[in-house]
Amino acid sequence: MLNQLTISELAVKLSKREISAREVTQACLDQIARVDGKIHAFISHDPRDALAQADAADKEISSGATPVQKPLLGIPIAVKDVLAVKNQPLNCGSKILEKFISLYDATAVEKLKAAGAIVFGRCNMDEFAMGSSTENSAFGVTKNPWDIARIPGGSSGGSAAAVAADEAIATLGTDTGGSIRQPAALCGVIGLKPTYGRISRYGLVAFASSLDQIGSFTKNVSDAAMMIGVMSGVDPRDSTSVPQPVPDYVAALDGKVKGLKLGLPKEYLIGGLDPEVKAAVDAAVKQLEKLGAEIVEISLPHTDYAVATYYIVATAEASANLARFDGIRYGLRVDGNDPAELYSKTRGAGFGAEVKRRIILGTYVLSSGYYDAYYLRAQKVRTLIRSDFLKAFETVDAIVTPTTPTAAFKIGEKSGDPLQMYLSDIFTISCNLAGNCGVSVPCGFTKSPRLPIGLQLLGKPFGEETMLKLAHAYEQSTNWHREKPPISAAV
Amino acid sequence: MAAAEIDIKYVAHLARIALSPDEEKKLAAQLGGILGYIEKLNELDVTNIEPTAHAVPMVNVTRADEIRPSLPHEDALRNAPKQANGLFIVPKIVE
Repeated sequence: MLNQLTISELAVKLSKREISAREVTQACLDQIARVDGKIHAFISHDPRDALAQADAADKEISSGATPVQKPLLGIPIAVKDVLAVKNQPLNCGSKILEKFISLYDATAVEKLKAAGAIVFGRCNMDEFAMGSSTENSAFGVTKNPWDIARIPGGSSGGSAAAVAADEAIATLGTDTGGSIRQPAALCGVIGLKPTYGRISRYGLVAFASSLDQIGSFTKNVSDAAMMIGVMSGVDPRDSTSVPQPVPDYVAALDGKVKGLKLGLPKEYLIGGLDPEVKAAVDAAVKQLEKLGAEIVEISLPHTDYAVATYYIVATAEASANLARFDGIRYGLRVDGNDPAELYSKTRGAGFGAEVKRRIILGTYVLSSGYYDAYYLRAQKVRTLIRSDFLKAFETVDAIVTPTTPTAAFKIGEKSGDPLQMYLSDIFTISCNLAGNCGVSVPCGFTKSPRLPIGLQLLGKPFGEETMLKLAHAYEQSTNWHREKPPISAAV
Repeated sequence: MAAAEIDIKYVAHLARIALSPDEEKKLAAQLGGILGYIEKLNELDVTNIEPTAHAVPMVNVTRADEIRPSLPHEDALRNAPKQANGLFIVPKIVE
């Protein structure tokens, strides 16, 4: 089935005209019709628009366009509901933006379109990307394709589930504290968070501006390298995008990992780590050693402080960023006698519980009398966390850890206890605070029920080539990434 | 940074979020738990440590000061909850 193929497999078949972009798109739409009632990876999608884009791609192919010019020509790619796609809805999983239609394309989306991609569908997410389970969406819960009684992870849960269930060839997500890598691990797909500043954030609805980064969900590492290559680069519309040359990431996947030094942080292999996850990660580390990587034990001593630091920095930034949702220029409005009453009523009615919790926490840590004790202190601890990584990267080329402490948990299991939910991101959060890149690749399954386990590789800032080289070499020596959830395979 | 009792009514007012009494009660308890966890940061000595606001610090990023097309007027109003005569309509501010 065409919807099960990778970008590179489809690109070959499309350019030889063995298949059409319409057939590929139709296969994805058919799969959505067949399985998305159970999974709910999508908030909305427009089949007619997707097919019209496919027909346009087919026209280009027949008039001679090649994958070299347009590497994503005819490839259907779905987008997390936090990224602007011109004339498509943009809800951020929130009631406050229920009727919003985007006026322009995000830079990442513009680049995908320029590379020929069919950009379709709005993937479900935790409201404003705040959550680790996609239970916080105002549009319903997304289910894990491997077990629909369980969460897909979050906040990009819809994007991860859509790729795992073969409803799209690849998807975009965003990662502020693990929101790409964690759901990728729990759904058994590849989730790549590039270095902060690698991909422009223009057209991404901001949650925490110093941490947010756009990335991809794909079925293998080579497709991830392709996606990031297309989307990367400096953008005058995002002053935090970094003017660093964009290398050929696919060419970096040459299997030459012999002699690369891989750090194993001792702080990541303690307490709370599920024994099955530990066993899978241990086996993956042995496999990387067998491939020629040199494993070095390292220490990231401030790991234990990352979650606390994150929930000050991220909520502080969110409280400022989400001030724009005031019921005046767009979105929901609940009338009041004066503007202040209108703001409060609109925000009280429009935001869900987790968003309110974080805005209020962020407001508190920035408020007069508490700023130094909370926000400034957290920024200083962030320096310590970042220094840990900079020091480690003096001796190692990349770092290897579990992506999550456990496999996917049950729907409802942690939704009543925000702190327990926050702690499920314990292995992914430091990376955003430090500004590194990270990727999660499948590295095994739990026995019963059979649920995916993720291996996380962390690279230096702008060290995507080496990190992806290692991820690719590991992936190519295993078959974990080829496994399909029963719901996708069954016809 | 003592495990402060958060004045939920006051902070919700600062954040311009109307809360029901039930929400106030629930949030105060949850935030108390989260702030208790955050106390952990007090274990660290941060004397002489510079704060990090951005992981990839860049300063004075500017672009050419040129006139460029911006969002057309009618587009800017397209998602407005209330508009008339090319303007956003808001409640009366001045008597």
